Amino acid sequence: MAKEKKTLNLNFGPQHPAAHGVLRLILQLDGEIVEKADPHIGLLHRGTEKLIENKTYIQAVPYFDRLDYVAPMNQEHAFALAIEKILKIDVPARAKYIRVMFCEIGRILSHILNITTQAMDVGALTPTLWGFEEREKLMGFYERVSGSRLHANYFRAGGVHKDLPAGLENDIDEFCNKFPKIIDDLETLLTDNRIFKQRNVDIGIVSKQDALDYSFSGVMLRGSGVAWDLRRSQPYDCYDDLEFKIPVGKNGDCYDRYLCRIEEMRESVKIINQCLQNLPKGPVKTEDGKITPPPKKEIKQSMEALIHHFKLFTEGYRVEKDEIYTAVEAPKGEFGVYLISDGSSKPYKCKIRAPGFTHLQAMDYLIKGHMLADVPAVLGSMDIVFGEVDR
Amino acid sequence: MKNLEDLEKFINSELTSKINNSFVKHDNIYLNIFHDELVDVITFLKTNNETKFRQLIEITAVDYPENKDRFKMVYLLLSHEFNKRVIIDFSINEKFEISSLTSIFPSANWMEREVFDMYGLRFKNHPDLRRILTDYGFEGHPLRKDFPLTGHNEVRYSEEQKKVIYEPVKLEQNYRNFDYESPWEGTKYIKEINKTDG
Repeated sequence: MAKEKKTLNLNFGPQHPAAHGVLRLILQLDGEIVEKADPHIGLLHRGTEKLIENKTYIQAVPYFDRLDYVAPMNQEHAFALAIEKILKIDVPARAKYIRVMFCEIGRILSHILNITTQAMDVGALTPTLWGFEEREKLMGFYERVSGSRLHANYFRAGGVHKDLPAGLENDIDEFCNKFPKIIDDLETLLTDNRIFKQRNVDIGIVSKQDALDYSFSGVMLRGSGVAWDLRRSQPYDCYDDLEFKIPVGKNGDCYDRYLCRIEEMRESVKIINQCLQNLPKGPVKTEDGKITPPPKKEIKQSMEALIHHFKLFTEGYRVEKDEIYTAVEAPKGEFGVYLISDGSSKPYKCKIRAPGFTHLQAMDYLIKGHMLADVPAVLGSMDIVFGEVDR
Repeated sequence: MKNLEDLEKFINSELTSKINNSFVKHDNIYLNIFHDELVDVITFLKTNNETKFRQLIEITAVDYPENKDRFKMVYLLLSHEFNKRVIIDFSINEKFEISSLTSIFPSANWMEREVFDMYGLRFKNHPDLRRILTDYGFEGHPLRKDFPLTGHNEVRYSEEQKKVIYEPVKLEQNYRNFDYESPWEGTKYIKEINKTDG
């Protein structure tokens, strides 16, 4: 008599260290083999898009920090660029370089977190300890420039909030000199590590065609051999003045995605170095008083500056009726803002396109036929942060 | 097909009867199509060798409560080969069943679920149309303009019942929405003055 086939339903999360936040994954198991995965998301849904519709453009910026909270400034960037394109604001060169520099710091922040937690998910604890020490330094730079380590609220339409404080350039430069050594150290722990390779090579393979069909972007796409990076193909701010390489994977498995991230961190260090060398002098935000607040000193002396200040922080600036989509290459992939303005000082609609949302959607496709123990490895290599998936 | 205008003309000439209006702005092509032609338009843009819009970036909706066709559906596509983006939109009322794109792009699945969740729009032939971001058993569609910002229910842990309970929202202070609108006409007004001066 044939044995009746039984499958087991397993609830993975929402409280599980390898779920990278609040993911509830319902797995259908045949023995140890995953037959179906149904991710339940939304446990961190805060209604960001609804809130933004009810705030002025200036007040909306901090919500972008709270999406992908390991690389906050990259997301502010997309929002700032959208407004700048509608209002046709000229951003001063210095602001562009500062923004690109901090976006690359954000990329390193995010990649360190991802690489080391991916390693932790498959059993290596040391990389996390080494990596987080460096993240601490980078968050120190965030704090010195914006006043807070995570929720920076630093980018504005028309530039950045404040100029770099004295001495910061030297410290970032010093970091850039030391950091490549740390990447080498991380690589000695992981790249040729037998256990790490056994857990990642040939796991979660994505073909080129599937990567396109599943709307993958960023490392998930490049790991599968598609050479596509918005910094290169649709350059924004000063990326077309900088030299950097786009690492591309071959096999599209978890290990290739890890290698891409390691190489991207090296490229980011190069970009930061170039920004520091070429950092122009001058203002850090547009001097149009209708968009950016005047300096404190002027408020004390000029009536016009005082009125500008008052109007900007009560009504906010108005954005003419328009519809636009702008995207940036965030560490996790294409982060986009689809903005509809109606001429008032609040966005009529602000749809946030988060890369993690489409990546997580492919969980079922990626994990089908793999073992239960591969779930954390695949999840780790997707680089999921629930702030942006749930919005 | 090098520049956007040529591409726009090409798409227009190929899909004449399906497109209502099209223009180029902000380095994107904007196509306003007729609502029952969606699948044909998307299939054409994805498979044609001159367009190759092979990646679906996002699906979303916009709510205009004062319009007869209240919702505007928006589809964003990207072509890696030609490095171009297209924004497709059409207007529908809330009863209309939109054709699902899941058979053309598997990634449309969650995007359509999100539109269903946030706006209450239904999709034809969708394999699994459930809510996605809101709570289990949630009622209403949060991104509709008539849904209050504070929501209807709040959640707390009840010490007496020893479980999480749902209650209607009670605010200690009403949500204050100050009207700061001024007779200023915003930034455009200033730019015009500068122009006449110069």
